[in-house]
Amino acid sequence: MSEMTFVQAINSGLRQELDRDTDVFLMGEDIAHYGGMFRVTEGLMDAYGDKRIVDTPISESGFIGMALGAALAGKRPVAELMFIDFSLVAMDQVHNQIAKTHYMSGGRVKVPLTIITQGGGYKGAAAQHSQMLEALFLQVPGIKVVCPSNPADAKGLVAAAIRDDNPVLFIEHKQLLGVKGEVPEGEHFVPLGEAKVVRSGSELSIFTYSYCVTLVEQALEGTGVDAEIFDLRSLNPLDWPAIATSVKKTHRALIVHESHQRCGVGVDLAAQIQQKLFDELDAPIGICAAADTPIPFAKPLEDVVLPSPERIKLAIEQVLHG
Amino acid sequence: MPQAEDFYRQMVRLRAVENELTKLSQTGQLRGSLHLCQGQEAVPAGACAALRKDDYLTCTYRGHGYVLAKGLDLDLVLREILGKASGLCKGKGGKMHLFDPEFGLLGTNGIVGGGVGTAVGAALASWIDGKDQVALTVFGDGTLNQGHVSECFNMAALYKLPVIFLCENNLYAEMTPLERSHGNTDLCARVAGFGIKTDKCDGNDPFLVYDAVHKAVERARKGEGPTFIEAMTYRTIGHYQADPGTQYRTPEEIAQWKEKSPISKLEKVIGNAAEAIREEEENRVSEAMQSALKQPDPSPTHALTEVFA
Repeated sequence: MSEMTFVQAINSGLRQELDRDTDVFLMGEDIAHYGGMFRVTEGLMDAYGDKRIVDTPISESGFIGMALGAALAGKRPVAELMFIDFSLVAMDQVHNQIAKTHYMSGGRVKVPLTIITQGGGYKGAAAQHSQMLEALFLQVPGIKVVCPSNPADAKGLVAAAIRDDNPVLFIEHKQLLGVKGEVPEGEHFVPLGEAKVVRSGSELSIFTYSYCVTLVEQALEGTGVDAEIFDLRSLNPLDWPAIATSVKKTHRALIVHESHQRCGVGVDLAAQIQQKLFDELDAPIGICAAADTPIPFAKPLEDVVLPSPERIKLAIEQVLHG
Repeated sequence: MPQAEDFYRQMVRLRAVENELTKLSQTGQLRGSLHLCQGQEAVPAGACAALRKDDYLTCTYRGHGYVLAKGLDLDLVLREILGKASGLCKGKGGKMHLFDPEFGLLGTNGIVGGGVGTAVGAALASWIDGKDQVALTVFGDGTLNQGHVSECFNMAALYKLPVIFLCENNLYAEMTPLERSHGNTDLCARVAGFGIKTDKCDGNDPFLVYDAVHKAVERARKGEGPTFIEAMTYRTIGHYQADPGTQYRTPEEIAQWKEKSPISKLEKVIGNAAEAIREEEENRVSEAMQSALKQPDPSPTHALTEVFA
């Protein structure tokens, strides 16, 4: 093990895959000569050359679409979207083309393509640079979605995303980029679709992912609540067996995420839990999510909209004591 | 260099397919929209003759002519258009979503301009690996007004990618004439602004289309970058089955272009041999269609498979 930041861990995962398979290549804005806005691709162009680490113009729809063509031509493209907010200008390519191609072709073609991006708030980046948009992509059959919460998982999941024969959206959180953690040296791989128990407990199950794992841990500090925390890590495919096992054990569930509540992951999980495990539940399922407003700029406003340890604590109280 | 008979065969086969599909559409035996390309047959016939089997191709929803001219199996294509289990894509794609990697076909497409990035990306793969496969993407004049396509023009020029942008200028973007949808109707001039070599040809002459595409393919294989070709042509039929095509065009204009139909033009060149070729193709297509109609429908359980590889 060695200590690395989240960014260094992804860099290490990318190098691992670039070394393993010469069909892997990266494309995106400012990733080659500059080394990436957040330094995720630092040093890669020097190591692998400018035909495997390709700088693109600010043309998200164009280069995401090109990644599809390259994937169909036998490559394993990794396209970096500097901010997940910018995915919205490439939505036709992601939703209509990339996600559907394998199905529409009756399985004749595969789309081994990874989109690496970062999202999330808490930095005063305002409404167009602070979003978590994972729910939009969960509405589209054919694309996998992962949201790592720590450096080791970031390395292992980026490797799994690249090796997968399907489109995968890999979402970093901007609050986590500089966070350090122990990362396995050498080959490291975390399978898609496996949730992780962050801590075991008996009083309630908290399902969360990305930066909210940290917020949930902070919310529980000093409360004495014996909560079980699950880091979902992968939202599609979803680790339903892990979720069901935990709900059957604690009989109470809370879902915490940073994206908006309406039609989001919390609402979806709550529906599945109550449909399949209604008799197991001792209390209504709780959801703690962003308010349904755009993300405001000023801190006192952003604090109200995004989940915080204080808001999560209240949500835990609600699930435990009504 | 293909002969007149080869082009003629491709064009009458395409026309025969469209005639069969029209009959099925009118009798309710064909689901979905039907976008035909009557009058434009010379462009696919000429363009695909200049491509290798392993060259990449993306088309529009009006792309079945290219699909057939690229060499795909007629039976598999017709079965897919009819939504049959034994179709090219097992009935999941339909006419607007035909794929066959064996022939470099990376998709017909339901979104205007949607497949242009795919072709440029396939060309990028060739560029990265130093291969000589080229990509051809075909679209209409209306597609030049899609932002995605401008992004693709720029990147093709920037990296000097082996891609051919083939524009079928049929003077109408769906039902809207060129002069009411383009600030500058000189399409070559617009694309030249990206630093892309441009060429313009008579799209109703398969030999001229072949020449233009052949030259562009040679340039691309030599690493000399992309070419934009504007093939002037005309859709003598409506945009789709419910559009007679007469509300926005005069009968005189349509009649004038019917006279310039590439099929009748080439008939005059070939002479007596034309009739035999046409009959042969009509019979072949009719038999394939009869056989396709008898194929089993997909199993309902198959709807839920192949979301992921």
